[in-house]
Amino acid sequence: MFGKLTLDAIPFDVPIVMAAVGGIVVGGIVVLGLITYFKLWGYLWTEWLTSIDHKRIGVMYILLAMVMLLRGFADALMMRSQQALASDGGAGYLPPEHYDQVFTAHGVIMIFFMAMPFIVGLMNLVVPLQIGARDVAFPYLNNMSFWLTASGALLVNLSLGLGNFARTGWLAYPPLSELHFSPDVGVDYYIWALQIAGIGTLTAGINMIVTILKMRAPGMTMMRVPIFTWTALCTNMLIVAAFPILTATLGMLSLDRYLGMHFFTNAGGGDAMMYVNLIWAWGHPEVYILILPCFGVFSEVTATFSEKPLFGYTSMVYATICITVLSFVVWLHHFFTMGSGANVNAFFGITTMIISIPTGVKIFNWLFTMYRGRVRFEPPILWVIGFIITFTIGGMTGVLMAVPPADFVLHNSLFLIAHFHNVIIGGVVFACMAGFNYWFPKAFGFKLDPFLGKVSFWCWLVGFYMAFMPLYALGLMGMTRRLNHVDNPVWHVYLLVAMAGAVIILCGIGAQILQIAYSIYNREALRDVTGDPWNARTLEWSVASPPPFYNFAQTPVVHGLDPYWDEKQKGLDHKPLPIYRRIHMPHNTGTGFIISGFASALGFALIWHIWWLAIGAFAAAIVAAIVHSFDEHRDYYVPSEQVAATEGQYFKQIASQEA
Amino acid sequence: MHGANPSMPASHGDDHGGGASHASVRGYVVGFILSVVLTAIPFALVMSGAVPASTAVPAALALGAVQMVVHLVYFLHMDRASTRTWNMAAFVFTVIVLVILVAGSLWVMHNLDVNMMPGMMPTE
Amino acid sequence: MTVQAIQSEPISAIADTIDAHEEHHDDGSTTTLGFWIYLMSDCILFASLFAAFAVLRGQLAGGPGAREIFSLPYVAVETAFLLVSSFTYGMAMISMGRQRQSAVLGWLVLTMLLGLGFLGMEVHEFADLIREGAGPDRSAFLSAFFTLVGTHGLHVTSGIVWMVVLMIHVLRRGLTPANQTRLMCLSLFWHFLDVVWIGVFTVVYLMGVA
Repeated sequence: MFGKLTLDAIPFDVPIVMAAVGGIVVGGIVVLGLITYFKLWGYLWTEWLTSIDHKRIGVMYILLAMVMLLRGFADALMMRSQQALASDGGAGYLPPEHYDQVFTAHGVIMIFFMAMPFIVGLMNLVVPLQIGARDVAFPYLNNMSFWLTASGALLVNLSLGLGNFARTGWLAYPPLSELHFSPDVGVDYYIWALQIAGIGTLTAGINMIVTILKMRAPGMTMMRVPIFTWTALCTNMLIVAAFPILTATLGMLSLDRYLGMHFFTNAGGGDAMMYVNLIWAWGHPEVYILILPCFGVFSEVTATFSEKPLFGYTSMVYATICITVLSFVVWLHHFFTMGSGANVNAFFGITTMIISIPTGVKIFNWLFTMYRGRVRFEPPILWVIGFIITFTIGGMTGVLMAVPPADFVLHNSLFLIAHFHNVIIGGVVFACMAGFNYWFPKAFGFKLDPFLGKVSFWCWLVGFYMAFMPLYALGLMGMTRRLNHVDNPVWHVYLLVAMAGAVIILCGIGAQILQIAYSIYNREALRDVTGDPWNARTLEWSVASPPPFYNFAQTPVVHGLDPYWDEKQKGLDHKPLPIYRRIHMPHNTGTGFIISGFASALGFALIWHIWWLAIGAFAAAIVAAIVHSFDEHRDYYVPSEQVAATEGQYFKQIASQEA
Repeated sequence: MHGANPSMPASHGDDHGGGASHASVRGYVVGFILSVVLTAIPFALVMSGAVPASTAVPAALALGAVQMVVHLVYFLHMDRASTRTWNMAAFVFTVIVLVILVAGSLWVMHNLDVNMMPGMMPTE
Repeated sequence: MTVQAIQSEPISAIADTIDAHEEHHDDGSTTTLGFWIYLMSDCILFASLFAAFAVLRGQLAGGPGAREIFSLPYVAVETAFLLVSSFTYGMAMISMGRQRQSAVLGWLVLTMLLGLGFLGMEVHEFADLIREGAGPDRSAFLSAFFTLVGTHGLHVTSGIVWMVVLMIHVLRRGLTPANQTRLMCLSLFWHFLDVVWIGVFTVVYLMGVA
């Protein structure tokens, strides 16, 4: 009846897990109780869960990412403390089979359920506003994309209390991830969480591409598109071109596991190295999927806080396009040591060095944008400056490892770990924080407290260097990744320093939570009345904060780069229109939420081999989609009076500010 | 053009990404005949055994590629109509990635076999 | 009306077209572009499977090879089914352009029957192979073969389900712009599957037997 699922699946004998599960269950009950007590279910359903407003979907993505950041960071703290305790003769507190799940979950959660949703959330929130659109091209699909991502995150977290997670590392290399060596449900959780979330990412990517290509305001030619939107376009092209490779590769792995096929097995002619080859053909573009929009964030923040147009806009666009194409020809540098020979390694080593050139171009563009600008040191630009320094160091250690002979020494060592955290924390995380501080007032109508923002920044920066510089040294000394315990007193002190660094980052995260809480408490003082708190340049700042659900009362006409800045220079900003017209908008829908619910059930059923539920959930999802296609009442008109009233409120607010 | 407007002008089909635009019975017939010929030749080459595999394989691959182009032009209407620049751009990008992925994988895996499994190369 | 079209007009015309621009929420060309981009991602999915097949096609593990299990005349008939169905779907689209609803439905039924014929042959081929002990768990070559061809078959199956749903749509509401856009997307899908099949019969069957 319930396949492999029995009560034994709950790890009663592991106190750490049970405590965590208990905490989550109690916390969940408290939250649900509060929602019920304040009678918020209806509001939550109609205004958020079924919302197809790109801004709200963006906010939900970012909320998911922040919750997952806490989960992933808890894993990081456990790893750092385990290694600190277990490098001087002790055994630590995490047995190997638990430790292996922790590092796998850390990688999977941070990449797929923290970095990806954060980036997609920022793009959702900002891109339609930047191009002067009312919403994305396919608003229903947007809602479903989010819920599919959330459903993947749900499955990963379910593995904490029900069964276990993969013990294979975040890319689940076979033959270890094959049924013979991983017979339990861990790898199945991994596969189905990523497959479901991957479909959500792919549909979000298609949606964003079409939005950018088809829904730009009149006059916004491609070379007038704001740089963040440009990077979003390139990233989503990478998503559409790369994620199917992941889908196919994980699909083949699951066929091996479920139907006894021989793609990557040791027996039957399978070839585990083909998995490594394919997964990195997705995995390297994935790195650029994460970093390109971050470059966009840094560009917007740098230009705004330097009060200058971005230096080298055109070169920035071409550098982004170059990276987009080149990111597909470097994947082998993740497995130089596999043994493809000197000619293959040389080719991919050279392409890897080449791809650092357009990135270098971008660094100089940001520096020249700041040069002779009047830089205002608000929290967003601090993250940018921290990024430029940190990312440059990380980039250079990357080029070191692009030399195949050097890579043979450094492969899978802590040097590699330090390198990719150096670029992912220094690049992606810093960009998320910069973007969060920068666009928060747009999303919610009040700024974040700058002092606590600066505290958070400095904790993250110092903590990062303390946590990862020792790992470079340890890597050069020969310490490899994923070690549960080591007996080497020389390494012990480095691991202690790294542990201290992780604690300082924890303080940074604490300061961030405090910053959000205090800013909500103090929101009247931090209120953004005009919609333009930073004296910014692009169209998203030309409307109220938070923007009305229809974004623009009238579609703006664009005459150049930085259209809002031009309006301000000409004194044409914030002028009420003589007449307001009705606006055509789509209705909310629960279809995305419902289909994703069935997708979660499908994933769960496949993980635990509950075949009747799998068939039922799959059929239900298809039927729900077909039923939705018969819904002919998908849109409506916002009456012109309502538009006029909303806009009037906004102009009254501005007038009261100026008075 | 939103969903509720029934009076869509027929010429609007030009804006669509493919399918009926520029469609004519003649186009489909030409495409169909070309496809039949381009399918029949490689099947005949291989089934008759008239030419050795070293000739038949490249010939089949080349004819297959040509037939794909025929389908793209006559059935999927990929031509140089200006309104479909983005369809073409997406297609070109996809073909680049596709070639890199397939050719790259074969190159990498072949070299791997040669270097790591000497003497165990599959015999075909 | 696309953005590019607006840009080519003189500035004074822009203000007049803004209102039209705002009405364009459910533009058919937006949907077909989105669907086209989905097809591009599907291309890459098939490319991954082709790459896996190409790498693993020699790994027989003592099992049967292509020459022993493939019958080219059988594949030629399958190919004919799919090719003719592409043509009949094209005829359906031409009837749609002429607003002939019953002709559209007739061609769609014919297309669907041809698709079902193709699927029936494929299922029969698979069942025979599995019965003879040449199933997907026999060798890496057979795993890759079943997965590549089976994925194409699953696409054809979903195309047929979609076709049935669209026929109901057309019967209920006629050839509305929304339904025309849907038929257009399915047309792209159907022709795309035929293009993939060209790759399959060339790389899998012809190269295997040659």
